[in-house]
Amino acid sequence: MPDATGLELIAQELRDRDAESVLETVHFRGKAALTVAAPTIRETLQHLRGKGFNFLASVHGVDYWPEEPRFGVHYELLDMHEVDRMTVKVRVPLENPHVPSVVADWPTADHQEREIYDMFGVIFDGHPDLRRILMPEDYVGHPQRRDFPLGGEAILFTHNEPRLPGWWKE
Amino acid sequence: MEVVRQRLGNGDKGEFRARQMRARDMLNGELDNPDFEKYVEERLMTTTLEKAGNWARGNAFMPATFGLACCAIEMMAAVNSRMDIARFGFEAFRASPRQADLMIISGRISIKMAPVVRRVYDQMLEPKWAIAMGACSSSMGVFNNYAIVPADKFLPVDLHVPGCPPRPEALVYGILKLRAMIHDRPDLGWRTRYGGRGTEEFDPSVLEVDPQAANADNVAGAMGRTTPRA
Amino acid sequence: MSDITQRPAPSAIEGMSYREMEASHELAHLEHPEHEELLTLNLGPHHPATHGVLRLITTLEGEMVRDIKPVIGYVHTGIEKNCEDKAYWKVIPLVERMDYLSYYFNAMAYCGAVETLLDLEVPKRAQYLRVIHLELNRIASHLLWLATGGLDLGAMSVFWYGWKERDLILDIFEMSSGQRMHPRYFQVGGVAEDIPAGFEAKVRKFTAQFPKRVDQLENLISSNQIVLQRMRGVGPVDADTLLSLGVTGPLLRAAGNPWDLRKAQPYSSYEDFDFKIPVGTIGDHYDRYRVRMQEMRESVRIINQALDGLPEGDYITPDRKYALPPRHELATSMEALIHHFKLVTEGFRVPPGEAYYPIESPRGELGCFVRSDGSSKPARVHMRDPSFVNLQMLPVMAQDTYIADLIVALAMLDPILGGIDR
Repeated sequence: MPDATGLELIAQELRDRDAESVLETVHFRGKAALTVAAPTIRETLQHLRGKGFNFLASVHGVDYWPEEPRFGVHYELLDMHEVDRMTVKVRVPLENPHVPSVVADWPTADHQEREIYDMFGVIFDGHPDLRRILMPEDYVGHPQRRDFPLGGEAILFTHNEPRLPGWWKE
Repeated sequence: MEVVRQRLGNGDKGEFRARQMRARDMLNGELDNPDFEKYVEERLMTTTLEKAGNWARGNAFMPATFGLACCAIEMMAAVNSRMDIARFGFEAFRASPRQADLMIISGRISIKMAPVVRRVYDQMLEPKWAIAMGACSSSMGVFNNYAIVPADKFLPVDLHVPGCPPRPEALVYGILKLRAMIHDRPDLGWRTRYGGRGTEEFDPSVLEVDPQAANADNVAGAMGRTTPRA
Repeated sequence: MSDITQRPAPSAIEGMSYREMEASHELAHLEHPEHEELLTLNLGPHHPATHGVLRLITTLEGEMVRDIKPVIGYVHTGIEKNCEDKAYWKVIPLVERMDYLSYYFNAMAYCGAVETLLDLEVPKRAQYLRVIHLELNRIASHLLWLATGGLDLGAMSVFWYGWKERDLILDIFEMSSGQRMHPRYFQVGGVAEDIPAGFEAKVRKFTAQFPKRVDQLENLISSNQIVLQRMRGVGPVDADTLLSLGVTGPLLRAAGNPWDLRKAQPYSSYEDFDFKIPVGTIGDHYDRYRVRMQEMRESVRIINQALDGLPEGDYITPDRKYALPPRHELATSMEALIHHFKLVTEGFRVPPGEAYYPIESPRGELGCFVRSDGSSKPARVHMRDPSFVNLQMLPVMAQDTYIADLIVALAMLDPILGGIDR
């Protein structure tokens, strides 16, 4: 893992290129994490690719509700040569959930960005085929959001059975 | 249908030879009337066509290969050599629903898959049965959430096999119970066998449930009985 | 007109419809007009259920596959959302059911992530026990891959023999935890229970006869000319394409890249064991098959070494804030009772943070991302499932091959739809 100083150096390099890009650096449990502004994600990942992180292991979404900005997209990078891992995070609010898609540079993000769109509603600009991947195509709602209800069937016990509709009736 | 196995004779070589001779005589038309009738009576089972058909159907399920998730692994484990449902006659898993008559819904049914399950079930020809294997297809299982649906909601299930996943032995027990249901000899249920009346989740004296009416769409269940045969 | 058989043939015999042309005997030397037509074929979610409910919309030109669009989501269970509702230790049975063939790996990734967040030390004995179960699960998973792959290739005997071996492994799992599949044996901080007496003997009995069984299984396939022709040189994908698609695991190793997290970023005492990483050369189906077979043998070596070096000690962390105290203590110690009560009712609380814990599952890099917000329930659990990412290589692998090769490609890809859809 790039240690804390290494992380700060990388952050400084990114800030040199684009002053607005790096928002935060965190070094937690031996792992480096960088939070960048959403429009700069492609350049950031390309810069890190130049530094040796040439494998995008995972792209996943997080809902930080009720903290704002609400949605986070995490990019897990891996440097196979030095055996280093790094996380790049992007935060977008609900009102403007747009993140540039990195599929053109990293083809592995194709299905994974579709899943984030399906589950959270984050829209990836420039994705060749952004449609639902896990839920049915005509599903309404984004299930993994924290304020989406869990759903499911009511469990019938003796105490609530007279209240709930009888399962043996039509 | 009762199948009674009867030992013919005492296994003696001479006796076997005598029976062979008699069979040959019968085929040649040389047995005269009372002997002939006795011979045929010893070897014939009389039954109704319906019971014979049920017996044949129950002993020769052709399950449709409908493995969805983890329960499919245990279903396949029931097929292979340790549990071996081939000894009951059920190893001919048919991939085409037109050729299958038993659908073992093994695994969780997501809302995207439910119409597909229903369509495959519709494509099966009568008579057909459905076993909801595992907790997820019977009730919602471990996951009580937006994404899955229990099988009862959209197709008539004849038998539920609980477990997550049910052991191959549990699945085989369930299939044999279904076979008994089809043979018109339903299992009475453990509450009757072990004196467990009164442990139901609902009070039978307060809630009136007519099992025949509840199972009216369910062919095998309606054929079955919930009281002992007289 | 829409009836293709009645359309006039453009470049063939003048004035004849398709049927008439068929009836005529001049087809042999003609350019068949149908070859320019593309057919969309739906290999629906319900097909001979070896690989689960995967829907492939294939575009065919004759028998050649020109394009594949996988449609997934038919076994999506919303497990990740369910996990946000349950205490940390209750999530373990849910997470196990994602990639339902490598259940110990799912639990390991999740427990590892939570232990990272808690900064919890796992005792050495627990680590060795975890390694034994993980490697047994790897063998079981590869055996099922071999069994169903053989079934797809038409080698049905391999199906029966592979499952028979799997039953022996499932017996071992039943011995340690009581359940054949999804045993929730791994807990945060170690394992749920110590292994019973006779466990080591049973595992040794299994590992003693297993290498010979692998040889026998391989013999069934390796010298069969039909299987070799279907697998050798078919579907090669080079390592750079795989890396750009995010593929890891035996698929990447078959293409020549020796990336294995057990050696590169060892976790749970893998650095104590001496084993090799099988690596292929050109990355065709034959390489993928050989790599997995050899991995089974290497796993046997790891299990033997782990049993040889199994240290005495705790099977779960002695920190009572995170692990249940042993039951005999509940009768005597008040603190133990309080800890037990708190752990069972509310569960332990995890300080806020985010962790991503990657391990090497039989299909590739399985990573678990856990975000905690300080309460007793995780705020987000996400599994980076290897099959989900590996599926993106299917169109590359099966492009411009026959349908039969597509089936072999699916078999060699080893997708588990439970992990893909979660």
